[in-house]
Amino acid sequence: MTTDINKTGISRRSLLQIAGWGSLLVTFGITIGSILRFLYPRVLFEKPSTFNIGFPDEFKTDGSTSHRVYENWKEEQSVWVVKERNRIYAIHAKCTHLGCTPNWFAEEGIFKCPCHGSQFRGNGVNFAGPAPRPLDRFKLSIGKDGMIIVDKSRVYTFKEFEKPEAYVEV
Amino acid sequence: MKGKNLRNKITDSQIYKSVFRHTYTDTKENRTLQIKSNVFLHLHPVKIPSHAMKIRFTWCMGGITFFMFLVEVITGILLMFYYRPVPEYVYLDMKYLEFDVPFGIILRNLHRWAAHLMLVTIMLHMLRVFLTGSYKPPREFNWVIGVVLLVTTFLLSFTGYLLPWDQLAYWAITVGTNMIRAAPVIGHEGPFALLNKYNDVRFMILGGTEIGANALLRFYVLHIMALPAAAIIFMAVHFWRIRKDGGISRPL
Repeated sequence: MTTDINKTGISRRSLLQIAGWGSLLVTFGITIGSILRFLYPRVLFEKPSTFNIGFPDEFKTDGSTSHRVYENWKEEQSVWVVKERNRIYAIHAKCTHLGCTPNWFAEEGIFKCPCHGSQFRGNGVNFAGPAPRPLDRFKLSIGKDGMIIVDKSRVYTFKEFEKPEAYVEV
Repeated sequence: MKGKNLRNKITDSQIYKSVFRHTYTDTKENRTLQIKSNVFLHLHPVKIPSHAMKIRFTWCMGGITFFMFLVEVITGILLMFYYRPVPEYVYLDMKYLEFDVPFGIILRNLHRWAAHLMLVTIMLHMLRVFLTGSYKPPREFNWVIGVVLLVTTFLLSFTGYLLPWDQLAYWAITVGTNMIRAAPVIGHEGPFALLNKYNDVRFMILGGTEIGANALLRFYVLHIMALPAAAIIFMAVHFWRIRKDGGISRPL
């Protein structure tokens, strides 16, 4: 049986051409796609995003002030736990400008970033330097054993600071 | 007499003649063959016009940049013998190179200063090409190749910055890769962001969400293999294009 070229509108040569180039393109596409996927590892050897910081009543402000910064988790987790008169919250120790780690100066009661000089008050609100917004906070919850759990995978920016998960009432 | 015989024996041997195929005979044909049949020089024009030797016109800045690249390759290969890109070892290896390995300190410093100088000479080369109008047709494509080489050099500098694995390195790359978060569409904090922290372009570059073992290894591989390979290929095109575009531009 013969096929009329005019009926199918495509010659044997161009069909083979399309098939050839097409399969080449598909092969390259799959290769490039697999290389891109290869660059995204399945398992990350990073710290788990949640950790315990202890019972709420372990955090105390001493008599003279109503505000205290706990630096116990800064080294390991990049988190400052702040105790205020009736709430506890967790500040991300990461400058909102370009991500350096600020330092806490207890005498002055401010955080200062060593990279570009941003400064933040004790509650993490920026007042000097290039930082565009207050220091972010992490989600807090009370576990079954009554201890506070910090979840670093959920970040709250300053507009969300009053959300109930962004602090623990004491 | 005996010395001369030995010398003739060497120069007449097949091995010698295979390496040194042409003598220094100063004829037009022989000088052409010297360049043409040399794998390292064949990108180069067979004859250089005398105006190309005018240092006040060319500043030799492209040539010096290439020389800096050669310094980087040689010192870089030597540094690799003592450098392990694993967080547990890398800082100690850097210290070891700096304080104990014979000539390690001079190698590190040569690598560092040649890198700085290479960027300076690239900028001056670009300025010269701009001021002499050498970017104009028919050389406009070579300007584009030059810009690709400039970007490759920036990326080589950036990836090399992380490798000492000290505070400066860590925070410089922290800042640099945090900027990538804000890239449009492909960064998770940028405008029109489609991706999240675990699949955006920053994650691909770092191999994670923070600078760790994966990031160090990726920057290392880019620094010693991928980017130098790209630089060598584009340099070959860059040099070859000079000849193809009618030789180096001349003073008007």
